[in-house]
Amino acid sequence: MTKNDALARMLTAMADDALIQGHRNSEWTGLGPIMEEDIAFSSMAQDKIGHAWALYRMLQEDLGGQDPDAFAFLRNEKDYKCCHFVEHPNGEYDFSLMRHFLFDHAEAIRYQQLRNSSFAPLRPLAEKLKGEIKYHTLHANAWITQLCRAGEESYARMQSALNTCFPLALGIFEPDEAAEAILVAEGVYPGEKQLKEMWVDRIYNLCAAAGLNLPAEDGVTPAYGGRKGYHTEYLQPLLEEMGAVFRSDPQAIW
Amino acid sequence: MTISESDIYKALEQVMDPEIPVLSVIDLGMITGVSVEEAGVRVKMIPTFSACPAVDYIKQNIRTALEKALDTKVTVEIDREATWNSDRMAAGAHEKLKNFGIAPPQMRQGEEHAEIELHTACPHCDSENTYLRSPFGSTLCRAIHYCRNCGYVFEHFKPLG
Ligand SMILES: [Zn+2]
Repeated sequence: MTKNDALARMLTAMADDALIQGHRNSEWTGLGPIMEEDIAFSSMAQDKIGHAWALYRMLQEDLGGQDPDAFAFLRNEKDYKCCHFVEHPNGEYDFSLMRHFLFDHAEAIRYQQLRNSSFAPLRPLAEKLKGEIKYHTLHANAWITQLCRAGEESYARMQSALNTCFPLALGIFEPDEAAEAILVAEGVYPGEKQLKEMWVDRIYNLCAAAGLNLPAEDGVTPAYGGRKGYHTEYLQPLLEEMGAVFRSDPQAIW
Repeated sequence: MTISESDIYKALEQVMDPEIPVLSVIDLGMITGVSVEEAGVRVKMIPTFSACPAVDYIKQNIRTALEKALDTKVTVEIDREATWNSDRMAAGAHEKLKNFGIAPPQMRQGEEHAEIELHTACPHCDSENTYLRSPFGSTLCRAIHYCRNCGYVFEHFKPLG
């Protein structure tokens, strides 16, 4: 595997996570519990899909990849590298909020590290995306804190959502040994294990402040497979819906 | 007539942001460089948000306005070396925003600071007795606050970096 192959694997995984999570966020438009939440999830959807697009464009311009739209919409399921966590349907608001909290802190940490990447095109993009994600985590923190203080049922649901989400969230950091060895040696980024440790430190403190118990890592099975192209039953229907318009006429000029 | 860089900047001051029509692309700090070349004028710009849906529209507006004002071929490109942050706004832009009813962004104080939650003055009554209702508003660059003093809900151009 060359360094460029390894970079392409990493960028594809990041972009696919953002694209699929963006699509899930967009499914809250018009359905949020209050209008401000409709706006928040719609804005975060727009951000995420914009982030995916910027990464697909980097793949095209710097690593000889395909047209971003074709790459986003025309691949086979097994060629997507998103983690299982983002594939799951929104479920109830507690699951969506907890996923948003865990996922966005993971992204914030990843982009914080990528600001110092040896891969020059990533540095300005990471700087930019990190600044935007700051508002995603701010939003998530505010709601987690508020709902944990909103009474017994509300607190119980947040704890239960955390228990459900935590093993799935660990899948964000699924190792990709061959590629990671190159990327870490080349100073592209610190590697998944180190990112995961930074993430656990951060969310542990935030959960503790909200009174939530973070499950022990060694007591759960991380939801791995996505980075290798093995997906949940939820991805294929999402891809069909997401790409339906594009596939109806891939040559169309919009 | 030879075109100078200051002619280009003067013409750019007339190109307004489609979402905030009182601010020009100069006010917003979106222009990172201009040059006069044999083939015409070249403008480098950066979008405020990476997912800003108006980028192509703004590029087109710049091209049209400059071609008309300067009577030459104009190329507008995205500067991939630079990133936009809200401290790039020109002097005077904050006042224009406030008069438009949008609270201007605070200067950034480092990545761990949530400037947005602190001392966002109401653009209607100047009170700082306000609170953040949501970091997301009607466009990607805006947040929503509530003023306890005058009772208005107002929008805020988020500090971003
Ligand atoms: Zn007021």
